[in-house]
Amino acid sequence: MNANAITASLPKAPAGPGRIRWLAADAWVLAKRQFAHIRQIPEKLFDVTLQPVMFVLLFAYVFGGVIAVPGGGDYHEYLIGGIIVQTLAFGMMGPGVSLATDLGEGIIDRFSSLPMSRPAYLIGHLTAEFSATLLAIAIMVVSGLVVGWGVSSSPLEALAGFGLIFLIGITSIMLGTMVGVIARSPDAVQGIAFVAVFPLTFVANTFVPVGGLPDGLRQVAEYNPISAWAAAIRTLFGNPTAIPDGAAWPLEHPVVASVAWCAAILALVTPLALRAYRRRTTG
Amino acid sequence: MNRDIQTSHAVVAEGLGKRYGEQWALREFDLAVPTGSVLGLLGHNGAGKTTAIRILTTLASPTEGTARVVGHDVARESDQVREQIGLTSQAATVDGLMSGASNLEMIGRLYHLPRKVAKQRAAELLAELGLEDAGDRLVRDYSGGMRRRLDLAASLVASPPVLFLDEPTTGLDPESRNELWDLLRQLVGGGTTLILTTQYLEEADQLADDVVLLDHGKIVATGSPGQLKARHGGERVVVTVDAADDLGPAAEALEKVAAGSAEIDREGLFVTAPASESTRLIEVVRALEDGGVDAHDVRRREATLDDVFFSLTSPRSRATAGPTAADTDREEAAA
Repeated sequence: MNANAITASLPKAPAGPGRIRWLAADAWVLAKRQFAHIRQIPEKLFDVTLQPVMFVLLFAYVFGGVIAVPGGGDYHEYLIGGIIVQTLAFGMMGPGVSLATDLGEGIIDRFSSLPMSRPAYLIGHLTAEFSATLLAIAIMVVSGLVVGWGVSSSPLEALAGFGLIFLIGITSIMLGTMVGVIARSPDAVQGIAFVAVFPLTFVANTFVPVGGLPDGLRQVAEYNPISAWAAAIRTLFGNPTAIPDGAAWPLEHPVVASVAWCAAILALVTPLALRAYRRRTTG
Repeated sequence: MNRDIQTSHAVVAEGLGKRYGEQWALREFDLAVPTGSVLGLLGHNGAGKTTAIRILTTLASPTEGTARVVGHDVARESDQVREQIGLTSQAATVDGLMSGASNLEMIGRLYHLPRKVAKQRAAELLAELGLEDAGDRLVRDYSGGMRRRLDLAASLVASPPVLFLDEPTTGLDPESRNELWDLLRQLVGGGTTLILTTQYLEEADQLADDVVLLDHGKIVATGSPGQLKARHGGERVVVTVDAADDLGPAAEALEKVAAGSAEIDREGLFVTAPASESTRLIEVVRALEDGGVDAHDVRRREATLDDVFFSLTSPRSRATAGPTAADTDREEAAA
């Protein structure tokens, strides 16, 4: 075999801006790997594609008739903000599972032993996951429009609404990344995500206005970040928010509270995820 | 570190140690692997083989000591080390949801080879490893042997001068194992330095120029397979019985005429003991008959590395000990 022929001609690591180009190229190669996985197992995308459509239809047509929006407004218009947040929250599962799967196999050793840019693996992973989130957002917007949701705010506010959706999506992906790096197996990630996200999205204003909740639950719901996020999206898109009088501060100022929640979670979770990742790959 | 040894030796380690929590997975590990030679790291699960490989391939940082691969320090110049090595670790290091060809292309791209070169190199390697017909198939549909060959191909993408293989033939059937051995011999013939770990003593015997025996994180012996055999074992007498109840009495009888203590293999239902020039099989048969042992087969054979290992490492299945204790997998637990 022709030993050394290729090694001798391996491109030398560039300095300065060239390094960024290498990082981008490596990350893109690894993101394409995730896309290849989706081609083989399209079910991987169910949680961000079919599931939100299912929730939109279930709540719009099964419960929609019996849930009234206090202060007036159409329930279908109210609902979509909640479903968007729920889908973004469940979006932590995909990145968690794919990371835990890689870390449990030898392929991560292969990547770590290559002379590729060090952060490329994680950046490629985040790129692929964010693409899945973009797809989910598009699907929700379309299914929302079909059931009677619409944007009735100014274009600038609507733009801010999408900006917030991206920010929440990134927060959820980072949260999932941390869980994926720390969990022992892909199944564990699924368990953790399910147990955390399900109650959080139900004890909130996701599907029903908090005003109708019994004391105790209502306070939990008012301080739940999910509620702030849903209320902020509804506000920015000009949908009914059904925030009761005298609600807690985060619901009175949902946009500020939402950005603060995202910033706080990212600031906590990002270093934890990076440290755990470094320990597991080069411990 | 001595400059001369760095040019003549592809891998040099001095006093390497790795501690996980309270446990030392590896300690006082010294190594000098001449360029173009094959080193076998031999030991049971948890002996420290994988830890040594992980440090030398920059996947783990040493707690103490230093190591250089082709002159580059594994801790301070890890990027340069990575350009010089190929690694195939124990678990599958290829992507099951991609085709063999796209796996190799992806790795070529991560070595920053231009797209065309990466594609070409992938095709070249598939052909060299007899996988050209399987190149477009998903790796999850490969047989164990094919997957291992693809693993090997993946670590050869950049034709690295130093290759690390962590238990390359574990789980392979004898035919695939022989095929892989032939491939490795070809590689070494082309000048590649090879470091492999194995639990199969025959494998080290077949491939390695030098062997390092590890036990509980420490080197217990080094030398060529022939030297180790000469030092730690001459000929052996093997007595095979039909029933486990006969193992104890057979060992007792054998020790009366053999040149050392007997070892029991409960799974294989046999007992072995060192033989000297004067040990005669007829005496062994008589001793067995006196002990009332129904022996099924009695023979002499050359010592294998297994015997060397038995005589060197902590007692695992001595005549006096009970069933072999399950080997605690410290490495895995610690990682």
